[in-house]
Amino acid sequence: MRLMTACLALSLAAPVGAEEIWVSNEKDDTISVIDVETLEVVRTLPVGERPRGITFSKDFSRLYICASDSDTVQVMDPETGEILHELPSGEDPEQFVLHPNDRHLYIANEDDAVTTVVDTESRSVIAQINVGIEPEGMAVSPDGKIAITTSETTNMAHWIDTETQKLFANTLVDSRPRHAEFVKDGTELWVSSEIGGTITIFDVETQTEKGKIDFEVQGVHPDRVQPVGFEFTGDEKTAFVALGPSNHVAVVNADTFEVEDYILVGRRVWHMAFNGDKSLLFTTNGVSGDVTVIDVADREAVKTIKVGRFPWGAALRP
Amino acid sequence: MTGGIRAPLVALGAIVTREALRFVRQRERFLAALVRPLVWLLVFAAGFRAALGLSITPPYQTYIQYETYIVPGLCGMIILFNSMQSSLSLVYDREMGSMRLLLTSPLPRWWLLFCRLAASTAISILQVYAFLAIAALYGIKMPAVGYLAALPALVVAGIMLGALGLALSSLIKQLENFAGVMNFVIFPMFFLSSALYPLWKMAESSKLLHDICAVNPFTHAVELIRFALYGEFNAPALGWTLLSGIVFLALALWGYDPARGFIRRKA
Repeated sequence: MRLMTACLALSLAAPVGAEEIWVSNEKDDTISVIDVETLEVVRTLPVGERPRGITFSKDFSRLYICASDSDTVQVMDPETGEILHELPSGEDPEQFVLHPNDRHLYIANEDDAVTTVVDTESRSVIAQINVGIEPEGMAVSPDGKIAITTSETTNMAHWIDTETQKLFANTLVDSRPRHAEFVKDGTELWVSSEIGGTITIFDVETQTEKGKIDFEVQGVHPDRVQPVGFEFTGDEKTAFVALGPSNHVAVVNADTFEVEDYILVGRRVWHMAFNGDKSLLFTTNGVSGDVTVIDVADREAVKTIKVGRFPWGAALRP
Repeated sequence: MTGGIRAPLVALGAIVTREALRFVRQRERFLAALVRPLVWLLVFAAGFRAALGLSITPPYQTYIQYETYIVPGLCGMIILFNSMQSSLSLVYDREMGSMRLLLTSPLPRWWLLFCRLAASTAISILQVYAFLAIAALYGIKMPAVGYLAALPALVVAGIMLGALGLALSSLIKQLENFAGVMNFVIFPMFFLSSALYPLWKMAESSKLLHDICAVNPFTHAVELIRFALYGEFNAPALGWTLLSGIVFLALALWGYDPARGFIRRKA
């Protein structure tokens, strides 16, 4: 079966050199590959059950896939689409982040309330850290010293010292935190809260809250405005925030924390990825099963591309 | 030879100038022509805003809000109402006697009627571009190429609807009957089209309504404009619009033929 899969993937392989956005389809157990030039799906690759978080190794020679219902992290050769091996991930891996050392994966195990640290070279678990209930959002500071796990039910951001692999702080955020990112050379941490409808910004040095962003989409009930994934422009002056079932992406001034614009995209927008020069942003729209392409300069949706069912994660392959 | 071409051109120039002067001098008419679609855009569309987005149908490449969907339909509405207004003025001309004067010209009747058509189409297009400019200020912008590509589509739609107006004007005996045209032609034509709702939406409520909308020439005129505004060409819509235009033109020529048409019966 695996051989057949590999052959299929090989036969569909795209020419080398084209910039691509890889999208995990949660309900199709596949990955759709979008050509950034033509804005079309050029490959569809079969993967494990319920793929969610995806990320590339630094040199883009490996793709790591959280196959949540297969309880594993799969490692794929993006050139051929072949699954090379699996990593011991702990149960129900949902989201992960690759440490700047390009070796350690920090994985949120949603059902087990732990964060698992896996060495991708020795393919072994090097630590499991107890965190809050239903961990999801994962981030590592640019210097690699701090890892963050957010827990959906405990409503906390858990701060992990990556040297000792132990928690050194827990900070409360609004209801159901989903995604975390370090910005401004690791001095700021942003955490989105889906039910709370906010993004909380922390000062990393003191782990104290320094700001909060609220969202309000005209004509949409506040309950539907649920911030999830977010991404920053190259200069980190602007953040794009996916607002879930409100079907909008918010454009936020990252210095003043003010929302400047809202862009209409597909249904239940979840995560996002930029192209290489960050001129285009690709949003995964779970319910409508498509990916909307946003022109970053014009702050306008330019095209929506049909992918598999319930697209979830997105990653750039230059 | 030159003289042979000169006379029809003089007639064309005179008729277009007369219509243009009439239009320019009646500033209220220009404003009224703009107020109608703007009320639809700013008030009616607000109620159907579809903040969560409309499903993607060609020529749209992504999710849009209702205000964006309705703009090409409102361009069609401007042309439709202007064509009917023009047919109203034809009836007025006939009652006042200036039509008789025009039709006694030695130039062919079809040319004179075509000149009237050209005049009403030119004015419609002017109104459409004024409306599109206001819509752009309101935030509903088309791709730059769309504004240019829309011009031939607007000309074809203008001539088709103008020809319909001409054909109707040959039917209407008195100015008072114009209200009937509003009720029996303009409103059904406008509402039973894709101007306000996509055809798939019509199909959800009634197959019959959908089928009526699908054969309505105004639907095809609107779709021709809609695709052109996004720099795309819709061949079936062009075919239907041209075909309808030819039929309406033939009806108008027949209606205005003193030997056969309605003019004779009215006389």
